[in-house]
This record gives sequence, C-alpha cells and structure tokens, in this order.
Amino acid sequence: MGHHYVLRVVSALLIPVILLFALYVQFHGDFGPGGGFQAGVIFAAALVLNALVFGLENTKRVVSPSAVRIGAALGLLLYAGVGVATMLLGGDFLAYSVLAATAIGGQHLGILLVELGVGITVTSVMVSLFYNFAS
Amino acid sequence: MVSAIAILRMPGLFTAAMISGIYSLVAAVVFLVMDAVDVAFTEAAVGAGVATILMLATLAHTGVRRSQPVPFSWIGLLVVLVAGAALVFATFDMPAFGEPLAPIHMHVAPRYLLESMAEIGVPNAVTSVLASYRGYDTMGEVTVIFTAGVGVLALLGRGRRAPTEDVKDS
Repeated sequence: MGHHYVLRVVSALLIPVILLFALYVQFHGDFGPGGGFQAGVIFAAALVLNALVFGLENTKRVVSPSAVRIGAALGLLLYAGVGVATMLLGGDFLAYSVLAATAIGGQHLGILLVELGVGITVTSVMVSLFYNFAS
Repeated sequence: MVSAIAILRMPGLFTAAMISGIYSLVAAVVFLVMDAVDVAFTEAAVGAGVATILMLATLAHTGVRRSQPVPFSWIGLLVVLVAGAALVFATFDMPAFGEPLAPIHMHVAPRYLLESMAEIGVPNAVTSVLASYRGYDTMGEVTVIFTAGVGVLALLGRGRRAPTEDVKDS
C-alpha cells in the first residue's frame, strides 16, 4: 500500500483517535456503555488498521507477537488474581467489597481491575489471531 | 437474510467475505436501534472489522474461488425448513420485545436495577451485572477467549523452536 496517500493520511489521523476512544470506553465503562470487551476489540481494530495500512512489520515492531502472547495470559491472570486477592482478604472469590476500606470503593476498584484484565486479554488475543492469520 | 442469500449466490469468496462484513454492520445498526449500544460496539468492531479481515487473510492463503459448486440436496432443504419452522414456532411462546412482565424481568433483574447503585455504586447497571454480580460468568468468557487464542497459536503459530529431530536413542 505504498502509494495510497489518502488512506495513509486518514488512517494516521484516525488511529490515535480510535486508540483514545478505546481507552475511554475501557475506563468510562462504569458510567456509560462499554467495558473491557468493547474496549479490547476497538483497541485491536486500531492496531489491525495500522497493520493493514502501514505494513505488518511496522506494527509488529510496536506491539511484538510475544508481547500479545504474554498479554493474553496476563489479562486472565489479572482477573483471576483479583479473585484470589479477595479470598486472601477474607471475602469470597471475586467479592470485591473487601478490596478497599468501603464496600463501594472495593467494588469500584475490583470492577476497574477486572475490566482491565478483560480488555488486555481481548486486545491481545485479537491481535495475536491477526498476526497468525496475516503472516 | 438478503445478505445470507447473496453470500450463497456469490461465486467469489472475496465478495462473500465483504458481504458478511456488511451484514455485521447492519446487525450493529439493529442492535443500536434496540438500545444495546455495548453489543453494537462489539458487533461493529469484531464482526465488521476484525472477522472480515481475518477471512480476507485466510483467502490470501487459500485462494478466492470456490473449488466446486455445492450440489443441491432435497434432504438438506427439508432439514433446514423443518428446523426453521420449529424455531419460528418457538418464538410464538416468547414474550413481546420489551414486555415488562416477561419472566426474565421478574427474577433477579429488579434487584440488580434497583439496588445496584447502593451495592456497587456504578451508574451503568450493565457493567455492575457483568463484572460484579456475574463475575464468574465473565471470567469464564475471558477464559474462552484466551483458550481460543491459545488454540489458534497451537495450530498456526510458528514456534521459535527448530523442527524437532528424530529421537536417536529411545
């Protein structure tokens, strides 16, 4: 795609906005529509668009294949780790209320961490699938 | 439905992949109309975006023509018609869309909606149900996604190891 100037310019403008929107969907999921799954796929879509327009090798230099492999496990580990942490703090598995001083604060922290884990895993798996199919 | 028939009729798999992307985009709009913004997000990004690109990447490996036309089968048509009629018949028992007295809205949903603010303190009830009340289920979903990724890696991933040599001494 060396000569598609319009595609390259528009993508270069759009990709940062898409990434930012994914982060907004991730961390604003408590208040508006969205959450880890949605943010993960939007983030992955931005990376896939980057790979399509600017070349797979350029994207792999930024987000390496081994990084997405580790990320896929890391997100799930974060999710399960929150559950183990609540058990160690004396609550039930994934009962977030014990995570902070107040029950509401614990729920906020737990949901934030769990959604972050979901987002990391979804992004990593999507990008990893794309890398494997495209290479 | 129109796009399903169009996919069947298309000789080229490239156009079929594009039409399936269009179908996902239309489905995303339908979800948006039904006020399921979260699902619409996912459908637009996964169905119309990533899945279409994965299909195109697969076509780049395998080729864009169908190997041979699928022969017409009366048994297949019969099975599809009977199964479709059974599914349509089953929908007559479903409550109307948005019916407030539907069983699904009478069980735990009122508690989730009314007390979520006091118990979880998160304005978006979808998030509080997904991440807190139904935390186990969501962890299962993440596990499914992770397992799918591992499966694809196992099938397609090119490991960094050299090809295994035959074991000399057993």
